Amino acid sequence: MITENKHITGYSAYWRVLIFLLAMTFLTVTVTWINLSALTVLMALIIATFKAGTVLTYFMHLRYESSLFKILVSMVLAVYVLVIILTFSDYLFR
Amino acid sequence: MEEHRDDTAARLGMWVFIFTEILLFGGLFLVYAVMRVRYSAEFHQSAHQLDALIGTINTVVLLVSSMTVAMSITAVQQKNNNLATMLLLITLVCAGIFLFNKYVEWGHKIHLGLYPGSELMVSLKHGEILFFSLYFFMTGLHMLHLVVGAIILTIVMIKVKTGSIHSESYVLLENGGLYWHLVDLIWIFLFPLLYLIT
Repeated sequence: MITENKHITGYSAYWRVLIFLLAMTFLTVTVTWINLSALTVLMALIIATFKAGTVLTYFMHLRYESSLFKILVSMVLAVYVLVIILTFSDYLFR
Repeated sequence: MEEHRDDTAARLGMWVFIFTEILLFGGLFLVYAVMRVRYSAEFHQSAHQLDALIGTINTVVLLVSSMTVAMSITAVQQKNNNLATMLLLITLVCAGIFLFNKYVEWGHKIHLGLYPGSELMVSLKHGEILFFSLYFFMTGLHMLHLVVGAIILTIVMIKVKTGSIHSESYVLLENGGLYWHLVDLIWIFLFPLLYLIT
């Protein structure tokens, strides 16, 4: 049996993460009230990415996992971003 | 005979599954993005018919549920199975609230005759049909994942209560939690893209 030295995250740390996430949610909602069309979408997506990053890092414990996990997650996200870029670089120029 | 156990490998397995889910929903988001560029006015109009308040409440509910499931792991690590069970119960209550809100939302649309394949849907403009089809499909698929997650967490909660998940062996709880966070992650992107871009 392989037991690792597990980092135990305290409850207060999780509360702080939630407060941050709720603040970001509030920010997203208020930012989208200002209509700047493409820029609004971009802002909302950037904030969503920060929220996702926070969930991945702290709630999903990625921060305390070995670097293998961090590398794999980064690779998968990189592949996905690449697919988006490739799709749009085709579609926008048809 | 000693049972071979590798918790890191178990978590890695769940992460690999999560990667496939990221690509699945990612593909759907890509479809949404391309169609949105193509039919921006109609997408903009259609999004007005969604209730941003319900969407916001659902976002808050899922974020809270992610916190409670993460906390339940800390509770088990600190040998407090009763607290862990309570936290998992709260997580499941949050899931229930989300599902109820979805029932209200979808129910309202269906009551108006707006659902995939309906006469009303088919009579709409092309961009509008695309928006609502994507809305129903993406939130529906997300809801399915949420229900599966809730079932998994219910099983995990029972195991925590009976003690088969405990401070020396809790990777099942961690993996259930990871799956639940995925459900939350998907919604974090669904919410602004469907409800807020108006």
